[in-house]
Amino acid sequence: MMYKNNKLVLLTSATVLAVGASAMASATTLEDTVNRGAVQCGVSDGLPGFSSPDDAGEWQGLDVDVCRAVAAAVFGDAEAVRYVPLNAVERFTALQSGEVDVLSRNTTWTTTRDTTLGINFTGTNFYDGQGFLVSSDLGISSAMELDGAAVCVQSGTTTELNLADYFRANDMEFDPIVFDTSEQTVGGFEAGRCDVLTSDTSQLAALRIQLNDPDGAMVLPEIISKEPLGPAVRQGDDQWFNIVKWSLFAMLNAEEFGVTSDNVDEMLGSEDPDIARLLGEDGNYGEGMGLDADWAYHIISQVGNYAESFERNVGMDSPLQIERGINALWTDGGIQYAPPIR
Amino acid sequence: MIHNHKMIEARPAPSNTIGPLAWLRANLFSGPINSLFSLLGLYLLYLLLVPTIQWGLINADWVGTSRDDCSREGACWVFINARFTQFIYGLYPRSELWRVDLTFATFAGLIGWLMIPRLPFKRWVALVTLVGFPVFAYFLLYGGHFGLPVVQTHRWGGLMLTLVLAVVGMVGALPIGILLALGRRSQMPIVKSFCVVFIEFWRGVPLITVLFMASVMLPLFMPTGVSVDRLIRAFIGITLFQSAYMAEVVRGGLQAIPRGQEEAAAALGMGYWKRMGLIVLPQALKMMIPGIVNTFISLFKDTTLVMIIGLFDLLGIVQAALSDSRWLGFALEGYIFAAFMFWIFCFSMSRYSQYLERKLHTGHKR
Repeated sequence: MMYKNNKLVLLTSATVLAVGASAMASATTLEDTVNRGAVQCGVSDGLPGFSSPDDAGEWQGLDVDVCRAVAAAVFGDAEAVRYVPLNAVERFTALQSGEVDVLSRNTTWTTTRDTTLGINFTGTNFYDGQGFLVSSDLGISSAMELDGAAVCVQSGTTTELNLADYFRANDMEFDPIVFDTSEQTVGGFEAGRCDVLTSDTSQLAALRIQLNDPDGAMVLPEIISKEPLGPAVRQGDDQWFNIVKWSLFAMLNAEEFGVTSDNVDEMLGSEDPDIARLLGEDGNYGEGMGLDADWAYHIISQVGNYAESFERNVGMDSPLQIERGINALWTDGGIQYAPPIR
Repeated sequence: MIHNHKMIEARPAPSNTIGPLAWLRANLFSGPINSLFSLLGLYLLYLLLVPTIQWGLINADWVGTSRDDCSREGACWVFINARFTQFIYGLYPRSELWRVDLTFATFAGLIGWLMIPRLPFKRWVALVTLVGFPVFAYFLLYGGHFGLPVVQTHRWGGLMLTLVLAVVGMVGALPIGILLALGRRSQMPIVKSFCVVFIEFWRGVPLITVLFMASVMLPLFMPTGVSVDRLIRAFIGITLFQSAYMAEVVRGGLQAIPRGQEEAAAALGMGYWKRMGLIVLPQALKMMIPGIVNTFISLFKDTTLVMIIGLFDLLGIVQAALSDSRWLGFALEGYIFAAFMFWIFCFSMSRYSQYLERKLHTGHKR
């Protein structure tokens, strides 16, 4: 008898807390977000350069900056984010069930995910691809010379499958050596158990730093897979989809027009019509999304443009030292291209 | 004539039977084979200890603020230093840390009061600890009342979260476990079968499955927009899981009490709850101490599994820190720190249980 009471109390308190913890679901995502006072953003539970807590306990990273940009657009305050660390398994459930409203978690945009999971990808904030890291001593300059190599790979189906596909397509032999975690993979590479280590290029940079002699290893030029990483939202709320999509586009456009977090206040008086439209000085382009005219101004002044975010988190100003490569703007030979704001 | 009798001063025992040398002879070098193994053991110890001490102490870097302060020849304790606050408090806002301190200081005070035999009002303090303190801790840690800003549970982490999970799990699992154990021994068929099914179900699934169900499946069953806080999901999962184990430990203790005890109590006219509460359980619980503490220690360590549902307990926050691109490559230091913290807590629990056993020892010891 007493036991039943106990369980009843437990269940009741859980339900009360549950209902108390969440707002009503009938409103749009934007209304819910405004009522809550924070954007619920799903990030990785720790990925160098993309999302990790810094020494002060604040989240930092390229994926985190997407969350901050959305918060800046909605609230004018980039700090109004509730970060939910998610692992690879639960990320889509968390988005579908409404636990997060933006999933910015190093997620590759694929047909299956876009069409069958009830989610929409809003763009690509990092064009990734699988690459190879070799010891400089080997004297190899191309992946085509890797015939017969022992390859260290972190278990994870797509990486392993891409590796097998690439070697078969080029009629080469290889010997896979599979590890569970990135530390073990680096350890195996360092101990000489394999000649080459393969992973996404964004990860290779982080793995390389962990070597005892980072300069003794180099990344080969071949990229053997397409991994466009981008934020995703739930299907069925086009207004929210637009907000997340254009938050990223605003950062790209700002880079294209040379607007940075440092000069954005001077740019407010700019004669350039593109910049005037971006910063909301000419027309109100936030209206269609339910935002203020200066939505993009807040993004740029608080988060910065795409180049600033890139260099700060994964580029030359960070320990990872990843080159812009194809992530450069279309005007600089890359493929990052944002539709115009007009 | 007066004889001056003088006692000969007591002489020390022969030098070959006392002192460190004798100890060495008796224990390490009592024969050729023992001597050989002793020397081999010492050599292995030397091989193991010298690089460890060199890496961990002599070549280690202790002061600094960034990875550039580390030579990488030895351990980089700078990393632990820089992250220490985060490892203890998780992402809890820096300006609100006093709330965590106050909560745990109060808890330590209450537990200390209960542990020291001389202090009075034990009954009232116990009541405050079990009923008043959880409410107090909730208002203080979560906030939202009395002018304290709300700190969302996703900012909780580190050692603080580990302790919160462990304490909630222990405080919840023990009473539920006792009731389940009593229910399983009950004559009433419905109560009995319910308890048996409950215990066997929760013991039959791994905790990691329970947590995965709670984090991946549960949200899909809920109406859209209604979500249970993940910390509460973890609380419920861990408590139900551990209560099943606790129930079996308690049942083992109950079975060790001779039937005559309960029959004698019944002969005195006591009802069921009086028989259990005054006669059987006090004797049984005393014998269960090793089992209960064992379960608590395993629960304490099991809390690390919440990492897989995105909660940053002590181990989780260490792993998250390892992924900061400014601190890449210090995994060993991080894991050693986490292991050391866990060891301190588990070892203290085990020592206290030994003390408690000695104190309550009234003739059942075998």
